[in-house]
Amino acid sequence: MNPYEKIIYFDNNATTKTDDEVISVMLPFLGEMYGNPSSMHTFGGQVAKDIRKAREQIATALGAVLPSEIVFTSCASESSNMAVRSILESNPEKKHLITTQVEHPCVLNLFKWLERHKNYKVTYIGVDSEGQLNLDELKVSIKEDTILVACMWANNETGVIFPIKEIGKIIKEKNPNTYFFVDAVQAFGKIPVDLSDGIIDLLSISGHKFHAPKGIGALYIRNKIKLRPLLIGGHQEKSRRAGTENVAGIVAMGHAAELAVKYLEDENTRVRALRDKLEQGIISKIPYTKINGIGTERVPNTTNISFEYIEGELILLHLSDLNICASSGSACTSDTLKPSHVLDAMGVPFSFLHGSIRFSLGRYNNEKEVDYVLEIMPQIIEKLARISPFRK
Amino acid sequence: MWDYTDIVKEHYRNPKNVGEILDANAIGEIGSVVCGDVLKLYLKIDENEIITDAKFQTFGCGSAIASSSVLTEMLIGKSIEDAKKITNKTIIDYLGGLPKEKIHCSVMCKEVLDECLKNYYEKKK
Repeated sequence: MNPYEKIIYFDNNATTKTDDEVISVMLPFLGEMYGNPSSMHTFGGQVAKDIRKAREQIATALGAVLPSEIVFTSCASESSNMAVRSILESNPEKKHLITTQVEHPCVLNLFKWLERHKNYKVTYIGVDSEGQLNLDELKVSIKEDTILVACMWANNETGVIFPIKEIGKIIKEKNPNTYFFVDAVQAFGKIPVDLSDGIIDLLSISGHKFHAPKGIGALYIRNKIKLRPLLIGGHQEKSRRAGTENVAGIVAMGHAAELAVKYLEDENTRVRALRDKLEQGIISKIPYTKINGIGTERVPNTTNISFEYIEGELILLHLSDLNICASSGSACTSDTLKPSHVLDAMGVPFSFLHGSIRFSLGRYNNEKEVDYVLEIMPQIIEKLARISPFRK
Repeated sequence: MWDYTDIVKEHYRNPKNVGEILDANAIGEIGSVVCGDVLKLYLKIDENEIITDAKFQTFGCGSAIASSSVLTEMLIGKSIEDAKKITNKTIIDYLGGLPKEKIHCSVMCKEVLDECLKNYYEKKK
């Protein structure tokens, strides 16, 4: 047990704690404000107004031109599926897609599925050893029949930021008819997101990554792009996403988005300083370590550290025994028993690949927690190094 | 999060018989760094073919460490003939079970034991 006898939560890229303020804003909608926003009576109509407000809050936070460019969904996976499948359905004659080798599974597996079952040809753009996208490879891959490029803004495992506006410009210069979908799940709330320049056509976010609850996400779709629904039924979301609205989730995410913008500076100063202290402390105290992606631009809260010849799951289990939450790209922590496809694409050597730990900090972390992790980390690694056949 | 038994947890937290045996008369190694699992087993076997000491070094996850640790615990004091009767199932039972994705850890333990005994007979020749 750590001295604070509470969880040290360094896994904010996995999910975040719902902000207390957000909870108090959403609670009435789980209680007395139970009206259906589609109802004709004032009781339901009031709820519709609250949804409208949330949509405006999201639109403002993203720099969207119109609130109607925001569609509420259940999660980022739904947003991504809706975005990609809608574009493909509207343009059935074009059969080439581009994405990156380091995408989140919600995009990567969708593209693999389209390749396997729908006869699409997919180009997976690679990254360099720091995890930065190969823009030349992207440029030459865009063809006449490339209907869509899907690319993440910030990587969930390493925090590496792609130059998304530059990528957007490359796409439109090469083929103005190619749509550009961005997974901004790990970018929003960590770096400024502004869609007013119209470079990005579609973009997904997920509430629970920025202190809203789980089960709510949004899709931005640039005005005048037709969105075909995945869920067909009622007229909700202008018939773009049927189903009675998750009112509490929507209201919560609206408020959380406003807070995310307000806390952006804190994220980029205080949280960044904590992250830097943590990773610099670890590499200076522990030999045979490597920080993945340190040579390029990263979001301020994430560090991905590899410990040579020590298996990541084992480190996580020892951290967990001390109530410290982190995550790993180790094969042994995944159901597929395959190591991180992100680190693999970066060409991280096998001796480091299996020993990666991701610490992702956030709004509620403090320096005491960083100091404690810096104190116990060398002890854990020293203990585990004794078990490894390759470490002396 | 894997659903590890208390016995598995105890063994990855405090693994028994970690290290090398410098005068081992049987050494086995299995796995590869590429896959992220390497098990190395050292045995000291006396003239009556009784295993008097066993140590291990493992690069792997919690269940690989736990499986290796209980393997050495089971081996110490056993005759070679009895050691041969150990299967991956014996290891799983000793641990009170393993998640199905982690069964391969126990299989690797059985394989490293086989390698070790093969090495013992080769050295004896």
